Amino acid sequence: MVIKKIKKKIAGKKSRLSVGAVIQDPGNSVENKTGGWRALRPVWNKDKCTQCMLCWMYCPDGAIPQKNGKRLDFNYDYCKGCGICARECPFQAIEMKKEEK
Amino acid sequence: MVKKVTEASQAVAEAVKLCRPKVIPVYPITPQTHIPERISDFVDNGEFDCEMIYVESEHSAISAAIGSSASGVRTYTATASQGLALMHEILHVVSGMRLPIVMNVANRALSAPINIWNDHQDSMNARDTSWIQLYVESAQEALDTTIMAFRIAEDHDVLLPVMVCLDGFTLSHVYEPVDVPEQKTVDKYLPKFKPAFSLDGKTSTMGPIGYPGDFMGFKKQQHEAMLASLDVIKKANAEFKKVFKRSYGDGLIEPYRLDDAEHVFVGAGTICGTARTVIDKLRNEGHKVGMLKLKAFRPFPEDAIVKACKAAKSIIVFDRSVSFGFKGPIFAEFESAFYEASQKPLLHSFIAGLGGYDVTLDHIEDAFRSAMTADKPISRWLYKE
Ligand code: SF4
Ligand code: SF4
Repeated sequence: MVIKKIKKKIAGKKSRLSVGAVIQDPGNSVENKTGGWRALRPVWNKDKCTQCMLCWMYCPDGAIPQKNGKRLDFNYDYCKGCGICARECPFQAIEMKKEEK
Repeated sequence: MVKKVTEASQAVAEAVKLCRPKVIPVYPITPQTHIPERISDFVDNGEFDCEMIYVESEHSAISAAIGSSASGVRTYTATASQGLALMHEILHVVSGMRLPIVMNVANRALSAPINIWNDHQDSMNARDTSWIQLYVESAQEALDTTIMAFRIAEDHDVLLPVMVCLDGFTLSHVYEPVDVPEQKTVDKYLPKFKPAFSLDGKTSTMGPIGYPGDFMGFKKQQHEAMLASLDVIKKANAEFKKVFKRSYGDGLIEPYRLDDAEHVFVGAGTICGTARTVIDKLRNEGHKVGMLKLKAFRPFPEDAIVKACKAAKSIIVFDRSVSFGFKGPIFAEFESAFYEASQKPLLHSFIAGLGGYDVTLDHIEDAFRSAMTADKPISRWLYKE
């Protein structure tokens, strides 16, 4: 709140940037979609999956959502395509495919 | 107000105590050492309630100062020379995070060869760190400017760190009569620290990544704040005059017999004291000479300089540092300032007093006399093999 006031005074006009890049709304890192970096895309084969949840545990980005102890499909907004999940999956239920448009 | 004969370092320590920073992380280095020594005496004997953090290097000193300032308390440190160089990477972080830390620099040469004596190479090396840089001539000015520095840095239109530079030994270790103001007078002048943001309280992130789409915006804000500080410095100086009955020019530059001066000496720091004596002598002989003392190097007060040198036919710049492969850093700024000015004085460059090499009355008098008869720019190193 204070930030907004100073922001105006310093820039002489409204700025979407806070002074000194201070982030005062905790938890807003979800707004920063990092999936754009991905060169390879993990593709989930539901039929082979046993829901062992190893991929969910290993994913460094929390890009595999779960509900009631069962994994759901990848969240491609944040998956960076590192391939760890595919490597760790004991049942080859994840395949890394080239990102193509 | 108590008048006493005091070492400039002691005067700075008194100023710091009067400004009541809560945290002082500091590492000793010649010739800054007397400043933290005197401050720690105050803390030790119970006169000054402050957390001194005795760190293991200057890099740590300025890093700890970031933590302290980010937590929302007034923060101070001091250094010199190699210490300032070791801080260099973090100096950029302080200004980028917009933390109003105040630091005294007891100006000293940079190695190699090793040299503990005075010049301005250390602070000039920090020119583009986005710290406000103010240079002082006397112990009184060192005390006063240190007090002003907190006000300037903490102004919400600025929020940038301030470096108050005093010449190592030739000022830091010199005894002069100094008015030490009373606490209540300083309290009247310097409001309590109101941080613009703080880690204490609301959850926040400071110092995050700035992606290419935003980074430039933050740098532009920083630049604009630096430019805005020109007015804030002037105001801080004018207010200072109201409360303490003394001031230094407009806070950015200080003229001496400058109004009708045709030949103008330019310098920063103690060298200006020597120049005053020479100017008085030459004035007595009927020469129209004067001085423009540069107090603020960053922000650079271009407009004020051009305006103040209205009668100048020649300008004699004494730099106590050099931009290797180019020119004296102050001289180069003067060339730039006068490029678009309507008046075109001859600009003369003198590199002087590196690593404690004496700058004498004769040096300055000779420079004036050479300038008076010169028909093209002079560029000279004041040094004899
Ligand atoms: S590829 Fe990497 S980031 Fe993407 S879901 Fe698998 S482990 Fe997570
Ligand atoms: S590691 Fe393989 S089998 Fe286990 S939950 Fe993930 S995709 Fe399914």
